[in-house]
Amino acid sequence: MVGQRLIRPAAQLLRSSPSTMPRCSFQKIAQPTLSRCLNRTYATPSGTKEMTVREALNEAMAEEMEKNPKVFVLGEEVAQYNGAYKVTKGLLDRFGEKRVIDSPITESGFAGLTVGAALAGLHPVCEFMTFNFAMQAIDQVINSAAKTHYMSGGIQPCNITFRGPNGFASGVAAQHSQDYSAWYGSIPGLKVVAPYSAEDAKGLLKAAIRDPNPVCVLENELLYGLSFPMSEEAQSDDFVIPFGKAKIERPGKDLTIVTLSRCVGQSLVAAEQLKSKYGVEAEVINLRSIKPLDVEAIVKSVKKTGHMMCVESGFPSFGVGAEIIALTAEYAFDYLEAPPVRVTGAEVPTPYAQKLEEMSFPTEALITDYAAKLLKV
Amino acid sequence: MLSRFAPRAFTAAPSALARRNGPVRAAALTPAVRRSVTTDAASSHAEKSDVPAEDDKPFQVKLSDEAFETYELDPPSYTLNTTKAELKQMYYDMVAVRRMEMAADRLYKEKKIRGFCHLSTGQEAVAVGIEHAIEKTDHLITAYRCHGFAMMRGGTVRSIIGELLGRREGIAYGKGGSMHMFSTGFYGGNGIVGAQVPVGAGIAFAQKYEEKPNVTLALYGDGASNQGQVFEAFNMAKLWDLPVIFGCENNKYGMGTAANRSSALTDYYKRGQYIPGLKINGMDVLAVKAAVAFGKEWCRQGKGPLVYEYVTYRYGGHSMSDPGTTYRTREEIQRMRSTNDPIAGLKQKMLEWEVVTEDELKAIDKEARTHVDEEVAIAENMAVPDATPEVLFEDIYVRGSEPQFLRGRIPEENYYYPEAKEKGPKPLVK
Repeated sequence: MVGQRLIRPAAQLLRSSPSTMPRCSFQKIAQPTLSRCLNRTYATPSGTKEMTVREALNEAMAEEMEKNPKVFVLGEEVAQYNGAYKVTKGLLDRFGEKRVIDSPITESGFAGLTVGAALAGLHPVCEFMTFNFAMQAIDQVINSAAKTHYMSGGIQPCNITFRGPNGFASGVAAQHSQDYSAWYGSIPGLKVVAPYSAEDAKGLLKAAIRDPNPVCVLENELLYGLSFPMSEEAQSDDFVIPFGKAKIERPGKDLTIVTLSRCVGQSLVAAEQLKSKYGVEAEVINLRSIKPLDVEAIVKSVKKTGHMMCVESGFPSFGVGAEIIALTAEYAFDYLEAPPVRVTGAEVPTPYAQKLEEMSFPTEALITDYAAKLLKV
Repeated sequence: MLSRFAPRAFTAAPSALARRNGPVRAAALTPAVRRSVTTDAASSHAEKSDVPAEDDKPFQVKLSDEAFETYELDPPSYTLNTTKAELKQMYYDMVAVRRMEMAADRLYKEKKIRGFCHLSTGQEAVAVGIEHAIEKTDHLITAYRCHGFAMMRGGTVRSIIGELLGRREGIAYGKGGSMHMFSTGFYGGNGIVGAQVPVGAGIAFAQKYEEKPNVTLALYGDGASNQGQVFEAFNMAKLWDLPVIFGCENNKYGMGTAANRSSALTDYYKRGQYIPGLKINGMDVLAVKAAVAFGKEWCRQGKGPLVYEYVTYRYGGHSMSDPGTTYRTREEIQRMRSTNDPIAGLKQKMLEWEVVTEDELKAIDKEARTHVDEEVAIAENMAVPDATPEVLFEDIYVRGSEPQFLRGRIPEENYYYPEAKEKGPKPLVK
């Protein structure tokens, strides 16, 4: 006997969420910009300019450093070398060695040091050359940064931003290719964002630096060089993107693709293929923020499409995809017409050889084919 | 400056040699047995005739020649100025810390304190000596043996005991417990062995960044001194001349492992290699004060970090679950208690120098005891935190910056934060 389902949190969630607008004081600055930005899927042609993700991140840091003398950047090769990936290019010349600091190769130590500086009232931007190396420092991120505010009963905040490339790059093999979204995304006290476009990168990083809590900004090396249109609003030095709000990159009625970071771009290509090959309209949701996660956007979309596929590049077990599917099952089960599915990285330490590497991560063709299979088209 | 220190780094050679010759020889040769700094708590000297009648008039005390041992450092002055009032305050503070730890011991045994509880009985001179040398605007961070430091940094006995009891009016609102206490200029109370050391360097970094003249004390135990990130912190602190005094509280044992069984070099004050070091009689509160005052001035002058070793002793076990007798002898504990006790040592000196009479001392003892007893009684009557979602989910994020909701054990228990404008002041103001 199935009987009446006792858990129907989907409707409850929609009902009990007080507002769809950002609610934090430090995010309110951006409200007008945001509402326009949410209504817009692509940048309007007038006044937009092209910008790479790398330039957007650089601009975000430069603007926040300009605005607030408590902000400084510390990390390996960030100053004289201009950053291993050139994200901090020019910052040393502009702000001097007091505020743009080359750290020794000592992740645990400099993560701890920047956490200490944050506890003492500064707003550090701690760059990890990649998040693979941050595993050396993950204790400081979690135990010293994320938990201190709660453990102190709210008397000791920690305004720090940890940032750097996350996930796989090309041909760098197992130790340099891991995606840590699920690791950081599971920690209460942390906020975690994963930008896709240049606007995402700028708006989320600026919001991270302003946020009074510890924030991990999980960038992607393969996106750094890609150009995206920057709207006029996004070019403003007050542009921030509030956390916990996903962005519908492409509206659709047949399938919800929930994705993040580089997989957003792949999913958009796959969505176009689905349309041209099968006449199917996939809705692509760019999560932008992993913690907090915009469950509401997922539920709303699934309510419309009845189908959910999560695309991410982390290891499958206990990953972002697993969490999205669990949430979809909990909050939107009644709206699903087929089981929710996920496309993830393979359960394999990333291999070096190119063809093998390709087999380890989502590709546009795989996303398209698996979506077609889900939709039985 | 760097090159001057470099050659001396090799003074650790004997123990390296010993290691090659096997563990038995190593134990026999390790310098641990050579603790030339005295742990005599009553080794300072003052002329009775120099002690003024007035409470607040300074007079000179001479520390023992064995109060310090230096590494690439000219020693601090062996004389320090103090007053009768300060000595009485130091005595009161040490007695109060000990009474508070004894109360914690009792409450733990009555099963009113949960989880871990690490007491500092025997090590009071370190927390008290440091506080008497620094200002409230200076900074201190330590590991989990933190009750005495929390009190000296301004925490009330009731708020500390209240925290141990998990009460709403505890110093961390009942969220932190024994190992996590915070106050102005006090950054905990940290539970991960050694992780607080680079954090301490970061606090010092912030002082330098903001051009403040304050010093930061980053404390850790002899057990933690072998953590890699301690050395990472040393490197950055020296590289950037951070105003930090790293301080190893050497109480001779990690959890249950003697210093010479865990450390290839037990001269913890030399562990900074390129950082000048000072080994201090951590049983003599006056030696601690003199050393830290010297270090504060050193840092203020922009001379960079120091590595201190406070030679001390813990009377109790590592934590409440450790009787503390499997890795050391009862005789050793008894000997330290009866001959090197920091409180008894200061008491003896104050009587000898006629700073106080027996009766006055008894009055101070009684005052400290009464105060702690009263505070403990107040703490025991404090309410526990309301078992409500509002309290459970409060302070995970800074107020006003929380996500829309956080998840409970089941979706029905999800907690939605109220709109910022609906929020009143945090219920209960300390």
